[in-house]
Amino acid sequence: MDKVDNRRIISRRKAQSVKRKTKNLKLYALRFNFTLYVLCFALNCSSAIIFLSSNLSYAEEPFIRGFLQTNYSARITGVKLPGAKRQELMLGEERGRLDGSYYPSNACVGFDVKADLFHDWVEGDWGVTLREGYMDCLMDKFDVRIGRQIVTWGVGDLLFINDVFPKDWEALYLGRPLEYLKQGVDAGKLSLYTDLASAEFIVIPHFTPDNLPSAGRFFFFDPYPNIMNREVEKPKTTFGNTEYALRVYMSLAGADLSAYAYKGFYRDPAQRADNFTSPTTTSYFYPELAVYGASLQKNVLGGVVSAEYGYYDSMNDRNGKNPGIENSQSKFLIGYQKAFQNDMTIGLQYYGELMSQYKEYNANLPPAFYRKKELHQYITLRVTKLLKYQTVKLSLFTFYSPDEEDFFITPEASINVTDNMLLVLGTNIFVGVKDNTTFGQQHKNSNLYALARYSF
Amino acid sequence: MRNIKALIMILVLGMVWAKPSFPGDTLTPEEIVRACYANFYYAGNDMKARILMKLIDKGGQERIRELTMLRKNYAEGGGQKYFIYFHQPSDVKNTTFMVYKYPDRDDDRWLFIPAINLVKRIAANDKYSSFVGSDFSYEDVSGRKIQEDSYRLLKEEELNGKSCFVIESLPKGSAEYTKRISWIDKVNYLPLREEFYDKQNELYRQFEAFEIKDINGIPTATKTVMKNVKTGHRTEVTFQSTEYNLGIGDDIFSERYLRRRPTEWIK
Repeated sequence: MDKVDNRRIISRRKAQSVKRKTKNLKLYALRFNFTLYVLCFALNCSSAIIFLSSNLSYAEEPFIRGFLQTNYSARITGVKLPGAKRQELMLGEERGRLDGSYYPSNACVGFDVKADLFHDWVEGDWGVTLREGYMDCLMDKFDVRIGRQIVTWGVGDLLFINDVFPKDWEALYLGRPLEYLKQGVDAGKLSLYTDLASAEFIVIPHFTPDNLPSAGRFFFFDPYPNIMNREVEKPKTTFGNTEYALRVYMSLAGADLSAYAYKGFYRDPAQRADNFTSPTTTSYFYPELAVYGASLQKNVLGGVVSAEYGYYDSMNDRNGKNPGIENSQSKFLIGYQKAFQNDMTIGLQYYGELMSQYKEYNANLPPAFYRKKELHQYITLRVTKLLKYQTVKLSLFTFYSPDEEDFFITPEASINVTDNMLLVLGTNIFVGVKDNTTFGQQHKNSNLYALARYSF
Repeated sequence: MRNIKALIMILVLGMVWAKPSFPGDTLTPEEIVRACYANFYYAGNDMKARILMKLIDKGGQERIRELTMLRKNYAEGGGQKYFIYFHQPSDVKNTTFMVYKYPDRDDDRWLFIPAINLVKRIAANDKYSSFVGSDFSYEDVSGRKIQEDSYRLLKEEELNGKSCFVIESLPKGSAEYTKRISWIDKVNYLPLREEFYDKQNELYRQFEAFEIKDINGIPTATKTVMKNVKTGHRTEVTFQSTEYNLGIGDDIFSERYLRRRPTEWIK
C-alpha cells in the first residue's frame, strides 16, 4: 500500500479530522467551485472545437444514470472509543449518485459529471461531493481531459506504488464500495497515441491529500497524545507546487509494459516538532516527493503475472536524518493471479519497501515512534468465487505483514438480487501483535459492514 | 510435393476463412465441424453486432446484458480480437472487455472498470466459466479448437425442415462436456442444435439457433438460446444488428478504446 504506514502522522490526523469536520462543507464547496470554473472554461472552448470538428462522427445522446444506497459499518470489538459521536457506528450513511454524460453528435468533445449527495449519521450532516466532472476533447492521435478525474495506475491489487493519486483509506477500512478508495484529482490530462507507444501526461495544479482514518470513528496509535494543537499545512495552489505525472506504455511480446514518473508531494502528512523526543508543539505538512518506476503484466503459466517497481525520492529528507519525514524507499511487488474453472480466481502478491539510509533512520528515530524494519513486507491473498450464475460473489482479501506481525482480513459476500439491486455484507478484521503497527493499531476497529444499492 | 500440399492447404484455408464455407458432401466429419466453426465464429473479416442477452431463471426472472461486440479475424481457426462494450445493466454501463485470442495458447484478456478508471489484465484459463453470468461459457462464445475433439458422423436428418449432419464430438482431453452432439445445416454449415452431455452421460445443456438471417451474403444465427436442462436456467441471445467487413482498424483493440469506447463504431 502506498502509505499504509500512518503511525507517525496519527496525531496529525486528529487535528486534520477536527478541521475536516468544521471545514467539510466549505472544502466541498471550494473544490466544487474549482471544478465548475474548469468546466466553464472547458464549455467556452468547446463550442469552437465542436464547430471545428463537425465532420467527425462521434455520437451519443445525453445519458443519466445513478444509484441510491445505504451503507453502514459497526465496530464489533465492543471497545468504547473515547470521544466517538456514535460509539459502535463507524459509518452510517444514505447516498444518491447522479452520473450524467453528453458526447454530442458530430463533435469531438464530451462531458461527464458524477456527483453524490449524502447524509452522514455519524457526523449528523448532509454533504455534496463532485466525484468526477470533466470535459474530454477527443482527437485522432491525442485526447485531452480537463477537470476532476480519477486516475488509476500500476498493476498491484490494493497495493499502490506508481499510483500516486489520492486515496481514501478510511473508505477502505469502513467497508465502503471499493471505488471510494480512489479520490479524484483536479487536473488536466493529455493522452498521446502512437503505433509504438502511448503516453499520459497529467498536470495537477491543486493538491489533494489522502483521507486517513479520522478521530471520532477510529482508534489509532498517537505518539504524542498530549499535544492538542496541531496545524496542518497543505501545499498552496501555486505554479511552483504543480504536480506532474507521466506514464508511457506499450505492448511488447505479449506483455503490457509501463514506465512512470511523478513529481509532487507525499499525500500523507509528515511531522514537524520543536523537539521530537519531548515536543511541546508539532505541526504537519506534505513533503516533496518524486517517484520513478515501471510495471509489467503478462500471461504466464496459465495465469497473469504482475510486477512493479518504484523509487520514492524523499526530496526534503534525502540524507534520511529527519525523523518527521519518510526516508527514500524502493518499493516493489510481484503478483500472480490464476482463474480456475467454475468462476473461481485466486491472486497472490508479495510486496516490499526497502528503506534507504536505514542507519540514519535508526540513529534519529524518536523513542515514541514505532521502529520499522529496513525491509517492510506484505503478502496478500485474494480469493473470489462466483455462484448462481454470477449473482452471488464470495470474496476474501488478506494482508499479512511478516515484519510487523499484523493482518488485515476482509471477507465479503454480495448478491445481485436483480440487475438493479445489490446487497453486500462483509467484515474488516484487524489483528496485530503490537498496537502501534500499521494494522495492529487498528485492532479495536474491526467492523461489520452492510450495503444495499439500487442502480438506475 | 510439399508445395502442392501447401497449395492445397491455402485453398482449404481460403475456403473456410473470411467467407462462408460451403464444402461438398465428401467432407470428413472433422472438415464439417471445421466449416461450421469457420462460419459460426469467423464469418467475415470483421464483424460488429449489437447483442441482447436475456438471462432467465426457472422462475422466469429476467436479467439483461446488452452489449456491442466488435470482432476481427487475424488467422484461420485461431487469431482473433474481440472488443465488447456493455450498454446494460446500468451498473456495468461503460464497462469494456477485450480479448486477444490465439490459436496455440491462452487468451489475453483485459477489463476496464469505469468507476475507478482502471484497465486490468485478467486471468484467462477459465474457458468453461460462465460468460457474464449466462448459460454460455467463454468457450461457447469464442470457439473451441478443432483438434481438441474427435468427430464422428452419426447420421443425416432433417431438423425443422432443414437437412443436417448430426456429428458427435468427443473431447480428447479434459473438457466441460464428455460428449457433444451437433446438428449442422448442410446448406450453410451453421449449428442449428447442440446437446452437451455430462460425466453421467446425461444431457445438461442444449443450444438452439432458431433464426438464421442472410447478412451481406453471410448466413448468421441471429436468435439463439442456450438452456441448462438441469437448472432450468436459460439464456436467449438476439443479434439486434449485425454488420460484416467494415474495415475495423487494429487500433480499436487497445487500451485507449477500452478507457473510452470507439464512438465511431459503438454508439
